[in-house]
Amino acid sequence: MKLLSKRNSYFLFAILATAFFYSKDGDVTTSVYATGAAFALPLALAAMVGIMCERTGIVNIGIEGTMLLSAFVAFFVSSLTQNIIIGLICAVFTGSMMGLILAVMAVSWRMDQIIAGTILNILATGLTSFLYVQGRTIPSVFQAIEVPVLSKIPFFGPVLFIHGALTFLGIAIILALYVAIYHTSWGLRSRAVGEHPSSADTAGVSVARLRYINVTIAGGIGALAGAYLSLELVGSFERGFTAGKGFTALALMIFGRWNPLGALAAALFFGLAQAYANQLMIDQVVNIPSQFTAILPYVMTIVVLAISAGKVRPPAAEGQPYEKGQA
Amino acid sequence: MSALLEVTGVTKRYPGVVANDNVSLTVNAGEVVALLGENGAGKSTLLKAVFGLIKPDSGEIKIGGTPIVFGDTAGVISRGVGMVHQHFQLVPVMTVAENLILGDEPKRGIFINQRAAHDEIIALSKRYGLEVDPDAVIEDLPVGMQQRVEILKALRKDVKLLILDEPTAVLTPQEIDELLVVIRNLANSGVGIVLITHKLHEVMAVADRVVVLRGGKLVGTTSPKETDEAGLAQMMVGRSVVLQVNRTEAKRGGVVLEVKGLQVRDDRKILSVKGVDLALHKGEILGVAGVEGNGQRELVEAICGMRHREAGEVLINGVATKDMHPHAVHEAGISHIPEDREKHGLVSNYSIADNLVLNQFDQAPFAKGWIRDLNEIAKNAIATVAKFDIRTPSAFNTAGSLSGGNKQKVVVARELSEELPVLVAAQPTRGVDVGSIEFIHNQLISARDKGAAVLLVSAELDEILSLSDRIAVMSDGKIMAIVDSKDADRNYIGRLMAGLDK
Repeated sequence: MKLLSKRNSYFLFAILATAFFYSKDGDVTTSVYATGAAFALPLALAAMVGIMCERTGIVNIGIEGTMLLSAFVAFFVSSLTQNIIIGLICAVFTGSMMGLILAVMAVSWRMDQIIAGTILNILATGLTSFLYVQGRTIPSVFQAIEVPVLSKIPFFGPVLFIHGALTFLGIAIILALYVAIYHTSWGLRSRAVGEHPSSADTAGVSVARLRYINVTIAGGIGALAGAYLSLELVGSFERGFTAGKGFTALALMIFGRWNPLGALAAALFFGLAQAYANQLMIDQVVNIPSQFTAILPYVMTIVVLAISAGKVRPPAAEGQPYEKGQA
Repeated sequence: MSALLEVTGVTKRYPGVVANDNVSLTVNAGEVVALLGENGAGKSTLLKAVFGLIKPDSGEIKIGGTPIVFGDTAGVISRGVGMVHQHFQLVPVMTVAENLILGDEPKRGIFINQRAAHDEIIALSKRYGLEVDPDAVIEDLPVGMQQRVEILKALRKDVKLLILDEPTAVLTPQEIDELLVVIRNLANSGVGIVLITHKLHEVMAVADRVVVLRGGKLVGTTSPKETDEAGLAQMMVGRSVVLQVNRTEAKRGGVVLEVKGLQVRDDRKILSVKGVDLALHKGEILGVAGVEGNGQRELVEAICGMRHREAGEVLINGVATKDMHPHAVHEAGISHIPEDREKHGLVSNYSIADNLVLNQFDQAPFAKGWIRDLNEIAKNAIATVAKFDIRTPSAFNTAGSLSGGNKQKVVVARELSEELPVLVAAQPTRGVDVGSIEFIHNQLISARDKGAAVLLVSAELDEILSLSDRIAVMSDGKIMAIVDSKDADRNYIGRLMAGLDK
C-alpha cells in the first residue's frame, strides 16, 4: 500500500489540524472533540443500518423513520415505566419491527424499495406526531462512564473513554460489524447476495432469508441510534427529533464506501465539524445567524455526495428484487 | 441399483408457455447425457428444476433413488449435484477463493479460515488439472478462466452428478477440447454428467446418449453411434437443417469501410488493438478469426464508436467517423450486432416491439415528428416476429422474457432492417441453437448479396470459414494475414491464430 495514499493524507491532515488546535487551547479542543464524538455516534450507527441493508442489496431510506419512532418509543416507555432499560429494549424491538416491515415489502412483495422506505418514514412521522405528549420526563439518561486508567489519558481519555453505555455499545457494534462483514461466512454471503444474488442462490444460500435477517437486525441497530439520542445525548423527545440524521447517514455510508470503518470515519468528521461550528457560535468568533450553522450538516452532506458521486461503486444488486431461479 | 438421476413426468408452466411438458429423463453413473434442443425448448428449465432453483408444477425428481424437495438448492447440492450455469454464477468483485467457498465456507471458530480455503482450492485445482489463482478477482479474469472457476465450483463437493448448461458457449476451440477431456475423465471416474450444448460436434465427440427436447416435450433419445450431426439437427428442429451454408461467389464492389492504423485500449487500459488496417468492400463478408481476447472486441467497439480510438481512424466511403459517438457512427452507415446482446443489444425491460425499432424509433414511419406511431411499431413487430420466427407468446412481451436465441433474432432483425452500407456482426450466433444459426447465417449472406459490406467477428472458426469471402486473422491485437477463403486452410489459420506464422 502506498504510504501517501489519498486516505492516509486525509488522516495526516486530520492529525496535524488536531495537534494545531490542541496546542492553541487544550481544554476547548478536548471538549469540542468529545462533543464531536457524541454527535458522530448516532450518525455512524445509522450508517451501519444502511451498510447492513445495502450490502445484501436492499436500499433502506427508512433509517430516518426507524430512528425517529425508536427514539420516541425509548423516551415514552422509559417515562411511563420510569426505567430506561425497559425503554431501550422496547425501542430495539420497535426498530427491528420497522426493519421486518421493510423486508416484507422489499423482499416478499418485491416493492420498489424507495417507496417502501418512504412509507416507513411517513409512518414514523405520523405516529410520533400523533402520540406525542408534552412535558414528560425520564428518570435519568445513560450516565457517562469513565473507563478506568484510559480516561485519564490527556485528550484521548475525555474524547474516547468518557461516554454513556450506549456509546460503548454502539462502538462495539460498529467494530463487530466490520469484522463480521469481511471475515465471517455471514459477511461473505451477505456481500454475495448484494452483488450477485443468483450466485449465492446457486451456491445454496437463501437470498430472501439473508435479506430478511439483515434488514431486521439493521432495524434494531437503527433503533439504538434513535434511543441514543433520546436516552443518552439529549434526554428528551420532540417532534421531528432526528432532524434528517437518517438521511445524512446514507451519505456517510456512500462516502465510507459501504465499509463500517469508512462510515465511522466519515461520521466523526461530520460530528466534529458540527461541534466546531457550535463552538464558534459560543465563542462568538463569527457572528452569523444560528440558522446558518444549523444548515451546516445538510450543506456538508451535499458537498460530500457531490465529491464522492461517480467514484464509488455500490453493491451491484442494490435495490433489485430477486426471484429464485432467475439465474 | 437405482439410477443416479431419475426425472419422471416433470411439467413446468410459465404464463403463456409450457416450458416442460411431462418430461422424463434418467442418468446413470459414469454416463454423459447430452440434452439437445432449440433455444426455448425447455432444457435449462428442466435442469434448473433438478438443481432446485425452480419448482416444477408436477412430476418427481429422484437423486440416487430418493426424491428431492422442489426448490431446495442447498439440499440438492448436499446430495452431490453440481451445476455449471449458462450465465456465470460468480460475484465479479470477489476473489476466486471467495467465490469457490461461498455457501460452504471452511471455518475457524466463527471466522472464515482463509488459509484452509486457499489450500483447499489449490488442491482442488491440482486434482482436476484446472489451474486457477485463488487470489485473483473474478472481473479481472478472461472468460475462459472464469469458466474454469465455475467448473471448479461445481466440482468442489464430491460431485456424483454434474450438470453443465452450455459450458462451451464462450470458450475458445482449445479450451473446449480441454473441457471435453475433463468431462470424459469425470465420467470415467463414475460421475454422471448432463450436458447442454448447441455444438453438435461436441455432442458427437463426448456424449454416450443424446436426449432431445422440442417445445418442452421429449421427442427422442439416441446416441452418437446411431446418428450423425444432420440427424441430430433434424430431431431438434423437426425438419431437416442445412448445416452447410449455400454461398455464391461474392460480387465485390468498391471499398466502403476503411480502418487505418487503429489503436485501442481495453478496460484495463492496456493497448489491445495495436495498429489495425482493414478495407471492407461492398458486397463481401470479411471474417475476423482469432482466439478470443486478442483485441477483436476492442476493434469492433472502436469501429462502432463505443470505445475511444487511441490512434488511427475509421472511414466510411472515405469520410472519417466520429470517435466515441455510436449514434454518429450509426448515422454514417454502420449497423452493429453487438457481442453482448444483453448489455448492448437489447433493453430487457422494453417490449420486443420497442426493441425492434431502437435504431429508428425517431424516424418515419415509426415516428411522426415528435410522436411515436405505435400502430406502425406494432405492425412492424408482428411482421418481424413472424418473418424471423421469434418464439414468443406475443410481440409485446418484454425482450428479457425471451430465450437467448430469440433475443439474438430480435437484435439481428433490427440491425438488418435498415439496410445500411456496413454491417458489423460480432459473435452473431453465440449461444444460439442450430435452427436459428442457419437462419442468421442466411440473413448475413442475403445482406451481403444486397450489397452490404459485412464485417463478421467470431470465435467459431467454422462459422468464419463457411461464411467469409476473405478472412483476416487476428492475434495479439494485430492482423496476422488476410487470406482469401478459397485458399483458406484450417491448419494455417489455426497457426496464425496462435500467432505462430507471419
